[in-house]
Amino acid sequence: MNRLLKTFPIAVLLSGCESAPLLDPAGPIGKSELHLILISFALMLIVVIPVTFMAFWFPRKFSASDPKGKYEPEWSRSSSIEFVVWLVPAIIVAALATISWRATHRLDPFRPIPGNPVRIEAVSLDWKWLFIYPDLGIATIDRLVIPVNVPVSFRLTSASVMTSFFIPSLGSQVYAMGGMQTRLHLLAQREGEFTGQNQQYSGRGYADMHFRVEAVSADRYAKWAEQVSRSGVKLDDARYAEIEKPGISYPVREFSGVEPGLFGKIVKGK
Amino acid sequence: MGKLTFSAIPIDNPIIMSAVVCAILIAIWIGHEITKRKRWSWLWNEWLTSLDHKKIGIMYVVLAIVMLVRGFFDAILMRLQQAMAEGSSHGFLPPGHFDQIFSAHGTIMILFAAMPFLVGLMNIAIPLQIGARDVAFPFLNSVSLWLTASAAMLVMVSLGVGDFSKAGWSGYAPLSELGFSPDVGVDYWTWALQIAGIGSLLSGINFLVTILRMRAPGMTLMRMPIFVWATFFTNMLMLAAFPVLTAALAMLSLDRYLGMHFFTADHGGNPMLYVNLFWIWGHPEVYIVILPAFGIFSEVVATFSSKRIFGYESLVYATGAITVLSFAVWLHHFFTMGAGADVNAAFGIATMLIAIPTGVKIFNWLFTMYRGRVRFASPMYWTLGFLTTFAIGGMTGVLLSLPPADFVLHNSLFLVAHFHNMLIPGALFGYFAGFSYWFPKATGFMLDEKWGKRAFWCWICGFYLAFMPLYVLGFLGMPRRMEHYANPAWQPWLILAAFGTLLIFFGILFQGIQIATSLGPKRRAADPDPWDGRTLEWATSSPPPSYNFAVLPEVKDRDAFLEMKRAGIHSPTRYEDIEIPKGSAKGAFIGASSFACGFGLVWHIWWLAAMAALLILLIVISRSMEEETMTILPSGEVKRIEEAGHVL
Ligand code: HEM
Ligand SMILES: [Cu+2]
Repeated sequence: MNRLLKTFPIAVLLSGCESAPLLDPAGPIGKSELHLILISFALMLIVVIPVTFMAFWFPRKFSASDPKGKYEPEWSRSSSIEFVVWLVPAIIVAALATISWRATHRLDPFRPIPGNPVRIEAVSLDWKWLFIYPDLGIATIDRLVIPVNVPVSFRLTSASVMTSFFIPSLGSQVYAMGGMQTRLHLLAQREGEFTGQNQQYSGRGYADMHFRVEAVSADRYAKWAEQVSRSGVKLDDARYAEIEKPGISYPVREFSGVEPGLFGKIVKGK
Repeated sequence: MGKLTFSAIPIDNPIIMSAVVCAILIAIWIGHEITKRKRWSWLWNEWLTSLDHKKIGIMYVVLAIVMLVRGFFDAILMRLQQAMAEGSSHGFLPPGHFDQIFSAHGTIMILFAAMPFLVGLMNIAIPLQIGARDVAFPFLNSVSLWLTASAAMLVMVSLGVGDFSKAGWSGYAPLSELGFSPDVGVDYWTWALQIAGIGSLLSGINFLVTILRMRAPGMTLMRMPIFVWATFFTNMLMLAAFPVLTAALAMLSLDRYLGMHFFTADHGGNPMLYVNLFWIWGHPEVYIVILPAFGIFSEVVATFSSKRIFGYESLVYATGAITVLSFAVWLHHFFTMGAGADVNAAFGIATMLIAIPTGVKIFNWLFTMYRGRVRFASPMYWTLGFLTTFAIGGMTGVLLSLPPADFVLHNSLFLVAHFHNMLIPGALFGYFAGFSYWFPKATGFMLDEKWGKRAFWCWICGFYLAFMPLYVLGFLGMPRRMEHYANPAWQPWLILAAFGTLLIFFGILFQGIQIATSLGPKRRAADPDPWDGRTLEWATSSPPPSYNFAVLPEVKDRDAFLEMKRAGIHSPTRYEDIEIPKGSAKGAFIGASSFACGFGLVWHIWWLAAMAALLILLIVISRSMEEETMTILPSGEVKRIEEAGHVL
């Protein structure tokens, strides 16, 4: 993989810095996606490089003011050229199609990652994210803490308009939509802090609808969960009603308890 | 007055108000100049009420240029905003205004710059290229023009009266529903699209019939110039796609006006339905704007290589294949909505398939130059700029067609870079090529080459500088439509992009200078055939007489005019009377009434909307009762015009 990266100058330029999350993925999903992008990029260069070359070369070679090739004004068909120009793109597309078919199935965001996952229910609100940890009975706003090397299984919904849940460092985004739930499975292999964001414009507070993602060791994860569950602020109906109100730059919050089944209720349109 | 009050005028907002004041001042100045030169009746009789396809075409192009400039100013504002709005700085635009700007920019560029530009060029060239005297339905043509213009007007008025939509050019539900967008912005957007959509549908019908029924004797389908083929397929797309948009927007309006629930997230509505319908129109729409440009490149590359187009049949079949496929790929705009892997993969592969015929076209253009004699006039500059740049956009497009790649690049600036990479070199450069190619034919004057080439260099360098950084920003994780952002790593690239936009500004400025010098006092009259043309439009004088061809040409070859030149052109021995359509003001009146109707609907001024709708009906009825819609140009007059050589 790394060798592959080095062959792409722009990738080299950017992969050094932490700020290019797509080129420096922290999990297998993002890595496979980057891999796929680079492979298909290379495949397409097989056509694009000659085309660009010919686009510069032909007009120069056959320039009317200084022509270097013969002039055949009636020459307008050649079965062999036509054959090649249909065939070569067709072969490349066939190759890409095969790759795409397999990758699309393998990287289907709904498809669980093997292992015992952490379950998280994410609700998109105007303009903040609510994360419910149903197994721990805790919830947070705009702060997502996950253990490394443990699959994370998201259920997503929206209490308002359509949004897209995306953590660029981990890969794959999926829409969150009102009245239904979508699924997303991710895995962090590296400890670190990332940014998560809404990638689907959702109105006035869209630009501020990002959140902090912390991938931490299993120990720290357990400690954090423990801490939150002792903090004493519960997400009850009244509090939910309050956070559901549209608001920009809502502060990060943590709740020691959640009314069970809240996510299901939101999906049903509460 | 419905919901309309004085508070709808944003007097407290200096940026908007200065734009409004500028627009009004320009309008007053133009009005003043026309009055000073006593040109009002000329403008009205010779232009606004004209049913001559060439004049309608020129008016379409003028509309397109005006709207392109407006859309470009929106782009400058966005680029400046994003170059500044890092960290605690939220830029210079008032809250919520950025959202209106990108919505207006997208809507305007696609529907009111690209569409009128291509319909205008079609109007100018198609009847001439097929050796016809006019389009099939000249009055309908004028109606289409005025519907498009009045819809554009509606968008312009939203600048000063109320707000424009803040829901993006795609107006996704449920954001565009009343609950989330309670102001009139979305209504401006829907009614503008509805009116323009009907206009496009009508031109689609008009040109299909024109091409199928009005070709000169001997012009079989397989002898039609490639631009005619491209137009033919484009109009099929218009005919099939626009009704879907009309239906989707009608349902959205029912939700907004009558409290129905087609696309709401609750009460049984389904926003995903809206998204599907929008792109069932939206994807063919991008081919509607790009296929005519492909047609223009084909004409230009053959003419300026002094050589037959390479692989004519291939080009035709490729265009047909693109037309069909373009209806089978819409889902690629929302791979991330959660469809299963089978569905995503199938639509992804269908999308990739389009790359094959598109690639074939590029090779055909390249091999047209091969063994030719390439002349570097400005239409050819735009074409070569396209050929060297478009492949990058195609490549990133195929990349986005891989669902897993789209999972990380969707809605990022990579996507914005990709579609501008298609739309600017692909569509806009094509129109510019067509503009400079047919300008002498349409106006009778040569277009200044020096400023044209300067404009080209600014555009192409500006394009790379403005959009290549956006590809990078996609990999840095920057989403589209960001009013401000917290990530400092994005800013340098956005500043670069702003400089690119500045270069494009000079490109547009130089094009303005180019047009001004070409029509100004030092203008140079154009020959009938300035480029050594191959197709029939060059067989007429520049500009052509109102009836185009005194005697309908006999077509014996694909390059019909070239063949005529070789065989020797004889002036006809006898002329006949020619029927030409009389001018009619009714198209303009229908347009004005549509504007009033749209404005009434936007502001819930029901009496205005109802009266305007009734008026439209009455005008249509009165037009269909008119008996003498044509006049006869006697053969003596035709002879006089033909022998004088130049006419207007
Ligand atoms: C002439 C130079 C142009 C510049 C500098 C420019 C710049 C921009 C910018 C900055 C955006 C917003 C990107 C974002 O979401 O963050 C945008 C969006 C867009 N542009 Fe352009 N643009 C140009 C020309 C065009 C043309 C010619 C077309 C179409 C024919 C076009 C169609 C669009 C569309 C459809 C959008 C999306 C609007 C939305 O998000 O709802 N642009 N452009
Ligand atoms: Cu599409």
